[in-house]
Amino acid sequence: MTIPTQQDISLEIAERAGASRDAGQTTHHPARDYAPYRSSLLRHPKQPLVNVQDPEAVELSGPVFGLADVTALDADLTRQHVGEPLGERITVTGRVLDRDGRPVRGQLVEIWQANASGRYAHQRDQHPAPLDPHFSGVGRGLTDDEGRYRFTTIKPGAYPWRNHTNAWRPAHIHFSLFGSAFTQRLITQMYFPGDPLFAYDPILQSVTDPAARNRLVAAYEHDLSVPEWSLGYRWDIVLDGPAATWIEEGR
Amino acid sequence: MLPTPSQTVGPFYGYALPFPQGGEIAPAGHDASAITVHGRVLDGAGDPVPDALLEIWQPAPDGSREGASGSLRRDQTTGGYLGRDGVTFTGFGRVATDPDGRYSFRTLPPGGVPYLSVCVFARGLLHHLFTRIYLPGFDPESDPLLATLEPERRSTLIAEPAAERVYRFDVHLQGERETVFLEFR
Repeated sequence: MTIPTQQDISLEIAERAGASRDAGQTTHHPARDYAPYRSSLLRHPKQPLVNVQDPEAVELSGPVFGLADVTALDADLTRQHVGEPLGERITVTGRVLDRDGRPVRGQLVEIWQANASGRYAHQRDQHPAPLDPHFSGVGRGLTDDEGRYRFTTIKPGAYPWRNHTNAWRPAHIHFSLFGSAFTQRLITQMYFPGDPLFAYDPILQSVTDPAARNRLVAAYEHDLSVPEWSLGYRWDIVLDGPAATWIEEGR
Repeated sequence: MLPTPSQTVGPFYGYALPFPQGGEIAPAGHDASAITVHGRVLDGAGDPVPDALLEIWQPAPDGSREGASGSLRRDQTTGGYLGRDGVTFTGFGRVATDPDGRYSFRTLPPGGVPYLSVCVFARGLLHHLFTRIYLPGFDPESDPLLATLEPERRSTLIAEPAAERVYRFDVHLQGERETVFLEFR
């Protein structure tokens, strides 16, 4: 199989965007069969999903986490080693909400990311950019009573990957989220405003609706920047999917 | 409010999401009743998926769906992991596949329903997939989901007994034996 060029992939991205516009139906999530992202080819089901309408379904409840599942330092990715990591220090904060706008309380938020050079602390990341002995790029925390989370980290770098020739991922932070029901489970990626790589990236562009895509991009917010310390970004997250009941206690 | 779109878990979650004893959902001291579920995650060519992540959610043996915290207890002194406390049944597990696409976990039988809920993540999968592992030994017609499925599709959701209290369940992301995947709206 010949390796596609960026031009090939960009053409496919444009075709899928056009088809999505013509369909006139807003889809919030990426289609699982999105060929411009080549790894999806053999890894998406071809049969339609089966809709479960059972009000007693176990998935309408979900796992819980607590203070024992995090440490105080977990939310500060710049303080997990003896020294300070290299890069641009940032704070990322926002709220986790359900589709009715209710805060998701006391739930686990996990993040992971590349370092400032665009290298993951992962053995299989072969990008010849330097590892940073003072940065692992893993964090977690629990949302507060208003659904708020907050991380201190460094801005990740862009990095190359092998989807096609000269493929580069825009800088992003991976987020893993739990709601009050297992149906609301979400793993996604947060991007930084104004990144010139957006248009070239089939993973971001797999979200074909421009407004939905925008919801993956954090906002720079000057009031969140800490003088002489860090730049601030806000990113709110809305979880999809139904839940059995709204449980006030313990969530 | 409009939802935040999903994005793939990618290939590099391995140092962030899996945790020690992620697949040890059964607390210690339940050896007689614990069950083991294992299998492989396979792609449309029948090749193993070495970078998939499976999450399990289930009721406790008494049918409770409250869950409990403590699945990934952290060591507040070193910042490492303490492991589960050996007593609490949290109902939640998380396991990554190995280079052969294999996974396994050990748990207690779910109370009130014949299934374990599963969420599948993988590189190449832009949006996670839900499925269920049904444990054999019940009437499929009595289950609201299975009753609606053709026998051939239905069988992709039912684990096969492999040994005493050991069950085999393969996840086929695509292909002839493609697993039934679920949505909740």
